[in-house]
Amino acid sequence: MTQVAFADEVFTWPADEPQLIGGKCGSCGAVTFPLAGSCPRCGTPGMERHLLPRRGTLWTWTTQDFLPKEPYASGETLETFQPYGVGLVQLGDEVRVEARLTEANPAKLRFGMEVELVVVPFRTDADGTEIVTFAFEPVES
Amino acid sequence: MEDVAIIGVGLHPFGRFGPKSAIEMGADAIRAALQDGGVRWQDVQFAFGGSFEVDNPDAVVGQLGLTGIPFMDVYNGCATAATALQLTADAIRAGKYEIGVAVGMDKHDPGAFTSDPVDYGAPAWYGEMGYFLTTKFFGMKINRYMHDHGISHRTLARVAAKGFRNGALNPNAFRRKPVPEDDILNSRMLNYPLTQYMFCAPNEGAAAAVLCRADLAERYTSKPIYLRATALRTRRYGAHEVHSTWAAVESDDAPTVYASRAAYEEAGIGPEDVDVIQLQDTDAGAEVIHMAENGFCAHGAQEALIADGATEIGGPLPINTDGGLIANGEPVGASGLRQVHELVRQLRGEAGDRQVQGTPRVGYAQLYGAPGTAAVTILST
Repeated sequence: MTQVAFADEVFTWPADEPQLIGGKCGSCGAVTFPLAGSCPRCGTPGMERHLLPRRGTLWTWTTQDFLPKEPYASGETLETFQPYGVGLVQLGDEVRVEARLTEANPAKLRFGMEVELVVVPFRTDADGTEIVTFAFEPVES
Repeated sequence: MEDVAIIGVGLHPFGRFGPKSAIEMGADAIRAALQDGGVRWQDVQFAFGGSFEVDNPDAVVGQLGLTGIPFMDVYNGCATAATALQLTADAIRAGKYEIGVAVGMDKHDPGAFTSDPVDYGAPAWYGEMGYFLTTKFFGMKINRYMHDHGISHRTLARVAAKGFRNGALNPNAFRRKPVPEDDILNSRMLNYPLTQYMFCAPNEGAAAAVLCRADLAERYTSKPIYLRATALRTRRYGAHEVHSTWAAVESDDAPTVYASRAAYEEAGIGPEDVDVIQLQDTDAGAEVIHMAENGFCAHGAQEALIADGATEIGGPLPINTDGGLIANGEPVGASGLRQVHELVRQLRGEAGDRQVQGTPRVGYAQLYGAPGTAAVTILST
């Protein structure tokens, strides 16, 4: 089965240890995710490709308990929808990124918990291609 | 700079109205505002119209009379109606016109808003991967806020219950039935910690105001309400905002904080001078956070204030006296002028069962929405 990332240049793939691809401003050092066309802090055009740390801490989180409308493209229906967690994950002192969490149970999510980037199945297309996406998974302590 | 007065306000009820178009609702709201102010449409020199769904709010002229006036259309997210109001006021302040109309109208499909994330400055995959939801942003923001400032789930339910209770007193509201706090807490979880009854619903409606140069106001009304401040701000680097794939580690205040400070400065007053308040309650948590972001209390003080009933119509900090977004829903283009309509009614002493105590002199309205835009309006007698 072919595994394909949902978009190019969002995370390194295929990879044993995938990383999110961010941007770093050559002028002021601001870090974004994904790579932006210009710096949101100082406005300098052209940020540099910058790989982000794989581990971080959960700064805040919620759950997505209802099926989003289009353009959500998981192929799920009201009957098959699986709720997912969404967090704002702080990666070192560089940036916070919005990301799905592999855990959607509020009882198992804690502020400040350590999480790690994983690549997970998102949807399987009619031709058998598996579309994969990034998420953060709680690190077992 | 000329001072500006509001001499008429009008509202088309918020709710669901079958085949009736947003343009028709907008025309109804303007007619009501003209009648309220004793102004003829033929005397209106210009207008600003706001909408999310309607490309050309100016089409209301086809229903009101084709007088040829300049009519400018604006869209600015949840701050659309406050933007229309500010631009109308600015044109009078600058001396270009003497009398004008600000109107907002919308007609949304049921359910959470959707759109193309690219139009909000986010990548296309942001929607495809299930991130392009304002509701999950509000869930994340209030969840962290509750953790940092000791706000309970019960407080969120109290805020929503107050919204429904006030809505029951408002004949123009969408939801007019009180809902017990436990039913709110036990309704379906949408985005933890926010349940279904803690969220407002996109719906339909329109609102309008007639503004004029302040020295002309007494020709039209014995109770002019003066526009003391209109401030609009976008997000700064460091603010965590709606529809963003990332946030900076170094933090800055939300745009509401900056809009609020600017408005107080322009009006020359402080939060202690405000008698009646309208805040953006997209969800119950947003009302809690916005109480502090607008200077009405310290972060965390909401827990006790709300438990003590401070934000009720009879309390010292009456908030969302008409039921707010939770009871009225949110036709985006009209929402801010619905707030202004309520404040004008309150300041004139015309709010009926919802009337706040004493003789309110100062009203305050705040809007917040995607992609990190806030507006504050301050009115006084």
